[in-house]
Amino acid sequence: MLSLGSVGAKSTKPSFVSYVTPEEIKLEKEPPKKLKHPDLLPGEVEFCSANPILKYTQDDLSQRGVFGTLFCTNFRITFISDEKSQEETTKTFKNKLYGENDIPLMFVDHIYGVYDEKRKLITGALVKNKYPSKIIIHCKDLRVFQFCLTYTKEEDAKKIFQGIAHHCLEEKSLKCVFAFSYTGTPSPEMQRKRETILFDSPEDWTQEMKRTKANCRLVTENENFELSQRLPKYFVIPSALGDLFSYQGKGFPIWCWSHYSGCALFKASLPPVTQEDGDFQKHFDIMINAVAHNYLYSAKTEDLSESLPTIQDIQQSYNKFKQFFLIENSTDFWLSDMKWFSSLESSGWLDIIRQCLQKAVEVVECLEKDNTNVLITEEEGTDLCCVISSLVQIMLDPYYRTLMGFQSLVQKEWVAGCHAFLDRCNHLHQKDKECYSPVFLLFLECVWQLVQQHSPAFQFSETYLTVLSDSVHMPVFSTFLFNSAHHRESVLKHQRQLSLPSTAFKTPFKKGFFKDETDSLKKMLRVKRLSRWMGSPDSTAAISREFYESWQQRPLDYHGLLLPCLDGPAVRVWMQRYLRWIPEVHILGGGSVAVMTKLMELLSQVQDLKRVLEQRDSSQAAKPDHRPYIQHRLLSFGSSGRLPSSFPFAYSRNRSFKPIIPTGLMQCLMLTDSLASQEDEASSFVSLV
Amino acid sequence: MFFCVQVYKDPSKGELPLLPEEHVQDSAKDVTYICPFIGPVRGSLSVTNYRLFFRCTDREPVFGLDLPLGVLSRVEKIGAATSRGDVSYGLACKDMRNLRFVHKEPEDSLKKSVFEVLMKFAFPVSNNMSLFAFEYKQVFPENGWKVYDPLAEYKRQGLPNESWRISKVNDHYELCDSYPAALVVPVTITDEELRRVSSFRAKGRIPVLSWIHPESQAAVVRASQPMVGQNGRRCKEDEKLLQAIMDANAQSHKMFIFDARPSVNAAANKMKGGGYESEDAYQNAELVFLDIHNIHVMRESLRKLKEVVYPNIEDSHWLSNLESTHWLEHIKLILAGALRIADKVESGKTSVVVHCSDGWDRTPQLTSLALIMLDSHYRTIRGFQILLEKEWLSFGHRFQQRVGHGDKNHTDADRSPIFLQFIDCVWQMTRQFPAAFEFNEYFLITILDHLYSCLFGTFLCNSEQQRLKEEVPKHTVSLWSFVNSQLEEFVNPLYVGYPSHVLFPTVGIRHLQLWVTYYIRWNPRMRPQEPVHQRYKELLAKRAELQKRVEELQREAANRTASSSSERAGSPTRSITPVQTFV
Repeated sequence: MLSLGSVGAKSTKPSFVSYVTPEEIKLEKEPPKKLKHPDLLPGEVEFCSANPILKYTQDDLSQRGVFGTLFCTNFRITFISDEKSQEETTKTFKNKLYGENDIPLMFVDHIYGVYDEKRKLITGALVKNKYPSKIIIHCKDLRVFQFCLTYTKEEDAKKIFQGIAHHCLEEKSLKCVFAFSYTGTPSPEMQRKRETILFDSPEDWTQEMKRTKANCRLVTENENFELSQRLPKYFVIPSALGDLFSYQGKGFPIWCWSHYSGCALFKASLPPVTQEDGDFQKHFDIMINAVAHNYLYSAKTEDLSESLPTIQDIQQSYNKFKQFFLIENSTDFWLSDMKWFSSLESSGWLDIIRQCLQKAVEVVECLEKDNTNVLITEEEGTDLCCVISSLVQIMLDPYYRTLMGFQSLVQKEWVAGCHAFLDRCNHLHQKDKECYSPVFLLFLECVWQLVQQHSPAFQFSETYLTVLSDSVHMPVFSTFLFNSAHHRESVLKHQRQLSLPSTAFKTPFKKGFFKDETDSLKKMLRVKRLSRWMGSPDSTAAISREFYESWQQRPLDYHGLLLPCLDGPAVRVWMQRYLRWIPEVHILGGGSVAVMTKLMELLSQVQDLKRVLEQRDSSQAAKPDHRPYIQHRLLSFGSSGRLPSSFPFAYSRNRSFKPIIPTGLMQCLMLTDSLASQEDEASSFVSLV
Repeated sequence: MFFCVQVYKDPSKGELPLLPEEHVQDSAKDVTYICPFIGPVRGSLSVTNYRLFFRCTDREPVFGLDLPLGVLSRVEKIGAATSRGDVSYGLACKDMRNLRFVHKEPEDSLKKSVFEVLMKFAFPVSNNMSLFAFEYKQVFPENGWKVYDPLAEYKRQGLPNESWRISKVNDHYELCDSYPAALVVPVTITDEELRRVSSFRAKGRIPVLSWIHPESQAAVVRASQPMVGQNGRRCKEDEKLLQAIMDANAQSHKMFIFDARPSVNAAANKMKGGGYESEDAYQNAELVFLDIHNIHVMRESLRKLKEVVYPNIEDSHWLSNLESTHWLEHIKLILAGALRIADKVESGKTSVVVHCSDGWDRTPQLTSLALIMLDSHYRTIRGFQILLEKEWLSFGHRFQQRVGHGDKNHTDADRSPIFLQFIDCVWQMTRQFPAAFEFNEYFLITILDHLYSCLFGTFLCNSEQQRLKEEVPKHTVSLWSFVNSQLEEFVNPLYVGYPSHVLFPTVGIRHLQLWVTYYIRWNPRMRPQEPVHQRYKELLAKRAELQKRVEELQREAANRTASSSSERAGSPTRSITPVQTFV
């Protein structure tokens, strides 16, 4: 169960989501009412509804389903079943803001209408008097809903269809986003701790420079966005750089992070250098010089727009990729299962992930091995620069592998760093698709690869990343709602009083593995320098291969440098995110949740024993133990063996435990070569070899 | 790390870690190993009657190769000697790698090259020598040959009972030489009838029980194909036997016959006298084809897989290359078949008969996987050993033919990675149910390594009868002696057990993975760093340690209370030790 942030920073701050205890859920549960209406969030308004609507159950080929009422509110589309839903009450964990049958409006990716057995993509403008017999909604979190409208009254059907199409597909203004109507306030308990650094104050930046022993200059001149509206309020630059106003409009290196050796990573929005433009070349040289002055007079630049795919490539690839997971029935599933690997490859998505990680490793190598300052550039400086610089920091700095560190990194590089979330996520359904691109998701994908290869090095789990990837489209939080710091401020200034929920996650249910990070910095300093080795400078891939191999040969240190293995079989599909809604692949009683359950059990046993020990010790000193009981307790389910692998997202509809048997088995593998028709019997077989 | 031996001496001291009865046959200095990952390595090479040992001390860390000769499938000279007198040798291995050495031809032309010696000892069967397993005399605390007792296993299943009896008709392997001596058959069928059935089933492999459901009494029965032929021959006794199998299960009036083959191949078998059960002859039985391909297709698929993973992986086309091998599709079909069998038995409460052509390749794959899904006993370390001993070894999977122990004929069409495929399927299940199996991945890899090593007698010969004739249990050590004497190596620390749970794995190819830590383990880049299991072990150890301390403290506290109360009572009854209370 996901909830509003529970351990927030300042109360007006935006937020992600988090897990809370089942007890809290129970308190919220109301006795079932006769007339079923959705439980509205504070500030949520119902627009229209229709009954009866048939919702098809996804895991069934036969067009069976559940009857109920479909609602459209300013926050979501929601379906409430007429039948008493059992799963809802038996769920141990659930999202606090939306349930299984809720589709927040910003989650809607595409809507299809079925007219006389023909499927058409609905675009807002097309909606006239006609309405389809069936609507299919594809969500950005990859859920697929199918509703049949034929059982309800014509005008109701028309109304709900038009309502949904209007609110989900029409281009809208930012002010219509639910976050501006939401009036929920974080409970005082949620504001207990402030740990995520938001990087919206000079102190946060000074602190970060101190932490990494950076020798750079904090810039406060942009407090009122006088330098640029595309730049953060506060940022840090190489100390060698003089008066910024003289470079206005040209872009300059912004400090990201400093290596313990003294060299640092900078990013800049710079158009690619062209030979003809002497003026620009001069500016570029000054910038490089300033970067080089930071440490040892060395600097390398990397133009990301040249070496990595464009944001349009990323968008196209992801569009192809996600189709493999938007599955409407099991025939679809088994058909696509046959060409699974080649389909994956043709989308190119995994290759883009590999390229980004590869580039990050190259930058890490410059910092770690050569101790060279690095300046990464791209035209905007807020897309792939954010991806690469965040990945570099995660690989090099164990602090960013803690929960709070990771969230601070997202704040630093992405939110304060002015990544254009609004445009890239296309929250407002703008017709201009040019600027839409899942860059932040790409970053999370890369982090997931690191997490799955080195899970003990991270304090957070893949479930955290999955929830985070959903929260980007969650219109309750304003974290991912704006294009830049200036944009955020100008919008929020005109808003009377905004009470947005507060930020940060509570520690999620995972991992007793993360060894104490208190001394992480110390340990980081202990990372030895790589031994010198030779390599031909012309093939960078081969060089970073060696870099990886020499790293791999050293004893594993989860608090030190972390590099991903990028060979073909090592880069995988984020199964939890992409397969969680597909019943055909749910493993009842298996999957990583089985490991987690067992781990929680062990962990709580160890904790219990420790407690007993301490009580024993303190009984002599007569010191009572007042510490709160550990949360992990909560995951010690009685029926631990029977959780589906999709936990905590989808729950199996029928607990009757039927296996899923492929339907397209016969077409599976038609081999035409002569071997297939040979006899097993060797005596009747004449060897051809 | 390549091969775990108990008596491993420190190789840096220059000593070879020899096993009992292992002797160095020849060695050569200045041999170059052409490593596909780190380039040429110069060192010395030794060949014993059991293994090849290559070592280079110039490098840091010391580079070594240590492989049993049993894994070699081919040793050949590549090209002619160069002007400098160098000769190149290629060694193709059964465990997904190829090795290449360059060596100077000995100046004395009468002396044999170390590789000629190697060829002799790598293929003892072809050279009329015995396998090393017959010389190896290591003594282990446990005797692995005692792991499987058929009668005890049937007793565990509640057999014999009112419907099933244990027949002695095959006591001397006269009914069927590839079947075990003890067979479980319906009580209503006489031994005489069984003899008649045996003439109707290929190789005399009659339908016999493998496993019975403890509650529903639905049975998993295995057989070979019926010899129907083009004329549609029938056999009264065979029909009666199948009816009796159905009748033994009161819950269902139906039965499923799973033919593992694709229907085309099953039909083609009629030309050669084989075929499948017709609906006319076997009423109430439903025939299902499982579309699993034959041994030749599987061998070819593994060959392609080796090409794709060894030595180098083409990153940008990795996925389509993997798909083109069809290896995971075969795995999917086998798992899907086993899943359908387990579903019919568990959910449908119906008995099933499983067969392919001869019933010794695809049939044990399917029955043993279904049994793992149905019966948690087979998911324990000892239970799994029993399963292998029973379904694979006693029922005559032709290990000698399929693996080709000590045989130089590497093109032999009888070779096929059927057992490897089964272990791969088990591994896929352990991935999907990480807490349901008592054994870990290392256990499965160890089994596969010793499938080829010829160190233990377990996987030698083709049948129970041959193993008895060769007195394998008397002259060789069982792999289970080795395994069960160091069980802690093979335990999955996450094991929970779920005694009554049936496991239904997901067979979609999306959830199947290539077993990287087996197939690509020679690639140093794919080597896992510290496995997560290591951390689990630490956690377990920590718990044990804490538990111990709690007990100690409790004991101490109890001692103290006892002593103080006794002092207060003023009686000297100190002899009562409260320690026992806290065991």
